[in-house]
Amino acid sequence: MKPLPPPADPATRHLVDAARRTARGSLSRRGLLGGALLGAGATALSACAPPAPPAAGGSTAPALPEDLSATEKTVDFANWTAYLDYDEDTKKYPTLEAFIAATGITATYSEDIDDNDTYFNKIAPQLRAKQDIGKDIFVFTDWMANRVIRDQLCQPLELIRMPHAANLLDSLKDVSFDPGRQHSLTWQSGFGGIGYDRSKVGRDLKSIDDLWADDLKGKVVVLSEFRDTLGLIMMSQGVDISRDFGKAQFEAAVAEIDKRISDGYIRRVKGNSYIEDLKSGNAIAGIVWSGDLFVLRAETENDSWQFQIPESGGTLWSDNMMIPITSRHRRNAMALMDYYYQPEVAAQVAAYVNYVCPVQGAQAEMEKIDPELAKSPFIFPSESYIKDNNILGFRALKPQEDADYGAAWAKVVGN
Amino acid sequence: MTAGVAHVAGAGPDLPDPVPSAGRTRSLTAYLLLLPGALWLIVFFVVPLAQLFTVSLQSGFPGYPGYYYRDVNFGTYASALTEFAGHFGRSLLYAGLATLFAFVLAYPLAYAMAFRAGRWRNFMMICVIAPFFTSFILRTIAWRQILADNGPVADTLTFLHLLPGGRITETWMAVVAGLTYNFLPFMVLPIYASLERADARVIEAGGDLYANGFTTFRTVTLPMSMPGVIAGTLLTFIPAAGDYVNAELLGSDRSTKMVGNVIESQFFKVLGGFPTAAALSFTLMAIILAMVFLYIRRFGTEELL
Repeated sequence: MKPLPPPADPATRHLVDAARRTARGSLSRRGLLGGALLGAGATALSACAPPAPPAAGGSTAPALPEDLSATEKTVDFANWTAYLDYDEDTKKYPTLEAFIAATGITATYSEDIDDNDTYFNKIAPQLRAKQDIGKDIFVFTDWMANRVIRDQLCQPLELIRMPHAANLLDSLKDVSFDPGRQHSLTWQSGFGGIGYDRSKVGRDLKSIDDLWADDLKGKVVVLSEFRDTLGLIMMSQGVDISRDFGKAQFEAAVAEIDKRISDGYIRRVKGNSYIEDLKSGNAIAGIVWSGDLFVLRAETENDSWQFQIPESGGTLWSDNMMIPITSRHRRNAMALMDYYYQPEVAAQVAAYVNYVCPVQGAQAEMEKIDPELAKSPFIFPSESYIKDNNILGFRALKPQEDADYGAAWAKVVGN
Repeated sequence: MTAGVAHVAGAGPDLPDPVPSAGRTRSLTAYLLLLPGALWLIVFFVVPLAQLFTVSLQSGFPGYPGYYYRDVNFGTYASALTEFAGHFGRSLLYAGLATLFAFVLAYPLAYAMAFRAGRWRNFMMICVIAPFFTSFILRTIAWRQILADNGPVADTLTFLHLLPGGRITETWMAVVAGLTYNFLPFMVLPIYASLERADARVIEAGGDLYANGFTTFRTVTLPMSMPGVIAGTLLTFIPAAGDYVNAELLGSDRSTKMVGNVIESQFFKVLGGFPTAAALSFTLMAIILAMVFLYIRRFGTEELL
């Protein structure tokens, strides 16, 4: 009898060897335990070889997993908190339910993402090792979408199968990180600016420098998303954040934040939880995101919460839907993305989330739902509104800048 | 005597000797009983630890931030230790303070529960354990409300001119208070268990031998509760030194960050920070291990080693 080739897995191989050595007697305990230990060690060492970076320049297309959409009618959508219309009474998402009824694809929605860095770093090791993360759509802000596309961690879209995708606003069609929108589609956009309680501050805050006033000392919170916080400060220092600024301009803004933290003006640099500080009164002003202040108004029943685009200009960001490189339901995911680009569906979502709607024709549909909201510049900003208020997007950073600026920011906030 | 007779009979020449085979069965059983625990330790402790160590030695892939290659680069340890020495110091200081405060609060409580509570003992026990039924994070966030600028604590202290900064959250006081609160039950329970086990007659004998209350406590009660005190301080200090939740939720940006916050941020926020995070985790573990070892050598009992 020809002996079988040894098993490929080192752990199994060692166990088989141990069994062969003691073939006459029974498997010895010591051999078994030793085999298990050695095997575990070998597995551990081979498992910790870090994944290699993608082929140079990203010129070669990554291999896509087999698409099972035809047989498995499911799609799993990971999104940010309070970012889809929700019905408190039925505990369901009305537009998502309508999608399930219309297509027969079972869509699962989860609010998994609360921070770009945290979510990305949680899933990146698995994506790089091509292990399924169980999600078919995830949503990242422009700069992180840039990294995801650059590192080939998402799948290209078949736009020919997505007739409604053409409804994307013209201004969002050609973005630097994804020319022609081959990999991503905008979910919502928003502004970064100043938020404050007019009744407690007692005056209007119009520029970033108005935040550094002695009566506001220790009562100001700023966003941990540095493209908003440092972006607004750079604009107040006269830098065009959408163009090719350099390290010196970035460091000047870092130095400004450094000084304001040391002097005690900034109470805390925070993620989305800054809303809690505004609610509790620990902070009464700060650098915030537009939609949150509308939520705050409704929740605190206090109309003196103001959102203000600073005189020097505001930041504009978008969150983008993408299909993870490991998804086996690509076509289902594209069907869901396409569905949300129907103007009437997009208007329904925008009426709930109060962020900038990226879909052409949604404004006309909004007239039918709430004529007041159809006029809001925070949901349907006109081109002239963006231009007049100098609202700009933070330019895409090169890989090394991305890492260096992120590290400089982490250092200035204390870790 | 019957046992002796049986033994003699068992050793008799006409009967097979049962001792060796019984011994083998027993030792095999012992190994089998050890197996699940050993496997658990290998899969969830030894392997991850080995992996963590190899990650700490990796180097960043030049030109590809966020990617690494396998390497033996101890430079990460040196740079991480010099850059974050302050965070290490703060972690040990805050954990030490929290352990001290927890001990001061816990000992009288455990003493009262063991000797004075009577029929209230179970109720007090429930009060100590009940907070575990809600999430640790939620309880810490609740402290933000209690300590808020317009909250009762800050208002009272400001009124008494004891709070010059006008706020408690975003200061080191809030971090230490949070650590003390969160780890208090880990101090109370072992001390209570030791005191409850102590023989009351021995303590009574102290009084019979003309020692006053304080001397009895110092020379009889306290030494008898030492195993509990050691266990309690370890159970408080070790997790408190590695904690980052309290500093994140109750502390400020630069002056109160602990080493756990750096590890969290290097791992989740800084692109290419994996080796630094792993090196910091390993160093923290080594420092705590060394401190615990010295502590037990100095004060410990055989029960713990």
